[in-house]
This record gives sequence, structure tokens and C-alpha cells, in this order.
Amino acid sequence: MDRFEWSDGSLMNGEVHIDQQRGVGIYDGHDKTSFDYGMLSVTSHRIIWRDHRNRNSVISLPLLSVIYLEEQPSGFAKSAKIIVHLSAAPSNKSAGPSTYSAHSYIRLSFRESGEHDILRSLDEALQAKKWEQTSAPLSQTGTVIKDPFSARHRPGIVGIERSIQQKNTHTNKQISVAFEDLNKLIQQAKEMVSLTKSIATKIKEKQGDITENETRKFKSYLLSMGIPNPVTRETHGTGDKYYTELARQLSTVLTKPVEESGGMMTLTDVYCRVNRARGMELLSPEDLLHACELMEVLNLPIRLRTFDSGVLVLQSKSQDEEQVIAHTTNYVGENGNCTAEELAQCLGVSVLLAKERLLLTEKVGGVCRDETIEALRFFPNLFLTRPA
Amino acid sequence: MHRRGAGLGAIKNKTLAQAKYRDKGSEIAEDKFSQMTQQMEMFKTNLEDFARKHKDDIKKDPEFRLQFQDMCASIGVDPLASSKGFWAEMLGVGDFYYELAIQIVEVCIATSPKNGGLINIEELRDKVECARGRNSQSISIDDLLRAIKKLKILGSGFTVINMGSTSLVQSIPGEMSMDHTKILQQAQKNGFISLTDLTQNFKWEPERAARALEFMVKQGLAWVDDQDSSGRKYWFPSLCTNIGR
Repeated sequence: MDRFEWSDGSLMNGEVHIDQQRGVGIYDGHDKTSFDYGMLSVTSHRIIWRDHRNRNSVISLPLLSVIYLEEQPSGFAKSAKIIVHLSAAPSNKSAGPSTYSAHSYIRLSFRESGEHDILRSLDEALQAKKWEQTSAPLSQTGTVIKDPFSARHRPGIVGIERSIQQKNTHTNKQISVAFEDLNKLIQQAKEMVSLTKSIATKIKEKQGDITENETRKFKSYLLSMGIPNPVTRETHGTGDKYYTELARQLSTVLTKPVEESGGMMTLTDVYCRVNRARGMELLSPEDLLHACELMEVLNLPIRLRTFDSGVLVLQSKSQDEEQVIAHTTNYVGENGNCTAEELAQCLGVSVLLAKERLLLTEKVGGVCRDETIEALRFFPNLFLTRPA
Repeated sequence: MHRRGAGLGAIKNKTLAQAKYRDKGSEIAEDKFSQMTQQMEMFKTNLEDFARKHKDDIKKDPEFRLQFQDMCASIGVDPLASSKGFWAEMLGVGDFYYELAIQIVEVCIATSPKNGGLINIEELRDKVECARGRNSQSISIDDLLRAIKKLKILGSGFTVINMGSTSLVQSIPGEMSMDHTKILQQAQKNGFISLTDLTQNFKWEPERAARALEFMVKQGLAWVDDQDSSGRKYWFPSLCTNIGR
């Protein structure tokens, strides 16, 4: 246990996240510790453990000090465990939760299973020994696309053709190698991303657009606005904290799009956009609604609004009631009178919304109505504004 | 003895050679382009397969997840590819219907500039199926309806309207629709408008025009006139006063 260090949970330079599992407890030898229930992450350099309730309690163990792993299967009323045998603590180690331990091993207890995946990831990380190569040059293999034939001079059209052919076979090979299995793809993800982008732009230059299919275009647009670290139950636990954080993230992502679509967006649109930006980490409609309900309390720039018809929208703060009232009163004053239809055309909002704005303004005494057979017309409220 | 580059024959030869070079050049460019399209297809199939097979693994690695999404975005592949398993079918659990709901809304938003947020459910199904890529199972109308049901909690902005034999899906509620404002603008000149005016001038589908007009009648904005020999007209009393004056 004395090999652990306190950590802030962030990755070091060159360190790569590999796997994680929730509901893991740590034993010092055979003894239970206070690190009883948390999220275990395996990186290329360390084992990191985060407490489930107290997010500041994060400890890490460098893989450097791991000698070997042993599996202990689950038994009756006993969770499966991985025994991690450790070398002596290095003298220059930074502060950790304990300074002395009688045991030379710890045990990781998997209360919510997942031990097989973690064991595999750990094994791989131990074999890769990434911590030894510091952050020095990453794999040389795929990065340098050196055409072996370019060194030799080959003049003429045939030479050009041949070199193009070579380049092409190389790229084809690169793609098929990268997609052989998941791990390979993860390693070469960066190159593949730039390759897809360059192919896409080149085709675009030639053809105008990859596809004239409007749905596909829109999808690409939504996907490209990815959220780098979506708030999930795994990272933020359950209950209020999860929803508050979610609400904050939603507001950062959505404020601009809502503003752009006229200060209002239906929740179904929001559901689609947010989930596209989150990629595969889907958000359920229920969680979305709950997070949106918190926005007003949290004083965020967008908030949930329910229309009488049962339509739910997110509305930006610039559509605030007071501002709307002031604006509408002004407009009616300047024009002498107006109907909902006129206001709608002038502001570029829907007729229903315009009507709603007028009714709202009427409620606080900003305008007066004249109800006739031809239309509902509103006038400035002279009863209030003109001195008797 | 031999002098090069002079005389009519030499000029002819030169132009011929140049033309040949040009041809060769465009041929190479053409080749290169077709190869690139091929590589793009390769990416597409590979990404689709990966999204289906390794969904959980991709989710686990935050950095890679973002890169994967990046790739999907540039090539235009849908990363959501859950299949409808037994449990999804029986209990509606799992990601399938939630993913489908996202794809449905996406199609609706993408097509709304054309159709005003009103789409026939069969057309919607075809578009969703096409967007899901080649690995997609066939999607039934019932699947669509079940997926849309999941969105119910998000308010009445997204509804299915039964039209007898078929259904329409409405994605833009009255509060957000600009159709009515457009109609008013069009009607301003005469004070009235007919359904054919809308279908002809705006290229709207008859259903879309009819629904918008009906809505305005219900709201008390428009009056129906069936006496005109050329068909039903919708009058807007609030506009008529301006014309009379």
C-alpha cells in the first residue's frame, strides 16, 4: 500500500488511457483499506484509482513497481480479485496515503466484475513498458510514408505513373492494416483521421461535395462538433451532481446553436444534436429532460420552457420575459397599433409566438387589446402612460 | 545535318506532343480520383463494421472515441449501429430504439428546409435506412413509431399525425413554424389565398399547405370562403381592412 501516490487524476505526457472499471476496492495485502469503492483506470504508465464519492481522493500506482499479477477467482460471497505483487517503494516517490506497509502486494477487488478485461489490459500495458520510452518518438512505423522508390530517379511519365501507383498501394495497405483489429486502429487513429480528412477534402475539391444527400451532410456537421469528455454516470456518479454537471455541459455546447436558430430549439432537436456530439455515449431523453429542468436554478444562459400546447423548448436568456415585454411595448408604441400577424412578420418569428408576446405584454399592462371581428389588435396602453 | 524545331512539320509535332501530354495528365488525374473514391469506400465499410463490432471498446477509450467520431464525420458514416436484438424487440430495452430516434430526428431536421418539418412516414423510413448505412437491418414503420414514442417525454413538439392509410411526422410545432408567417406575406396583396397558390408558388406539398391553412382557421386568423367558383379561398380579415382603405 505504501507504493501508492496521491494524484490529481490527470495523465502525464505520453501516457495513454487504456481501460477502466467501476466498483473496485483496494486491499493492502489481506487487509481492507479505506479505498473501498471507486473507479479503477489502467493507463500505459500507471494504475489510477478514484473514489466514487470523494472526487479529490485519487491515488496512483506506477506500473514500474509491478512485478507480476495473479488472478483470484470469485467465490461464495467473495468478489473476484487481482493480486498485484510489488517491488519495494522507490526512495524518491512522492507522498501517498500510507508510508509503511507490512505487505509486498495489494489486491484489487472487483465488486462489479470486469476483472478479466482489466487483467488483460494490465498484462498488455506491463508488456508494452511504455513508461520506459518516456515521451520520446512514438512508433516510427506508420508515421513516415517514405516511398522506397522515390530515392531512385525515374524520369518520364512511366516514372510518375509508377510512383502514383506505389503511393496508392501504400495507402491501401495502410488502411487495411489499420483496420485489422481494434488495437491497431487505436494506435494509428491519428494518421487515419488525417487520411480520411485529406481524402474527403480532395474528393470535395473535385466533385463539389461528397454527397448531395442532405441528411448525410447534416450528420457530418453534427458529428464534427464532438464533445471531448461527455459527462456520464461513470465519471460523475448518480444523482444531483450528475445532472448539474450535465446541465452545465449542455449549456456550453448548446448556447450558440440555440442563439443561431432564433433563440429557441425544441427538446427533440436538442436530443438529436447533443447525442450526435456525444457520439456513442448516448444520453436518454429522461436524463436530458431532467438536466434541462435544472438550468434555470443554475442560472445558465439557456433554460427550459414549456408552452401551453405541451411543446418543450430550450430558450436563450436573450428571450427573457422582461426584454420581450419592453421590446413589444416599444414596437406597438412606434407603430400605433399592431396584430400578432404584423408583429410576426416584422420580427421574423412564428404567428403563435408573436401572439404570445403580445398577450404577455398585455398582462403586465404594456398594451391594450381591441377585439373586433376582423382581428385582435393591440394598442399602446395610454391608461397608464398618458397623464390624466 | 538535322536541325530541330524548325518548319511546319516540327510545329505540328510539338502541338501533337503537347496534346498527348495533356491527355495523359488528365488520364492520371482521373485514375487518381477513382482510386481515392475507392479508398473512401474502403474507409466507409471498415468504419461501419467497427462501429457495429467494437462499440463498447470504442466507448471506453475517450481519446480514441473522439478520433473515431472524427473519421466518421469526414467520411459521412453513422457511428450508431446497434442492431435490434431480441430484448429490444420484446421489451424496448437497449440502445436500438434510442439510436433510431436520433436518426429519425436528424432526418427530420435535415429535410425541414424543404418540407417545413412535415414528412411522410414511408419517406422517413427510406431516408433513415439509407442514413444507417449498409449494415442496417430493415426498419419497419412500427420500429419508427416505437422510437418516436421514446421522444414523447421531450414534449409535444414531435408528433405523428394519422392520415388514415399513412402517417405524417411533424417535427416543427406551431410555435416554431414560419409557414404561417409566409402565408400571410403571400396573402397580403389580395387579402386571400388558396391552397393551389401555396403549392404552386412555394412548391409545398398539399398536406403541408392544408395543415398550415387549417391551423390559421382554427386560430381565428383566416376565414373560409367556399363560394368562389375556382375553389376554396382563405380570407384574412386583418389584411382586408388595409386593402379597403
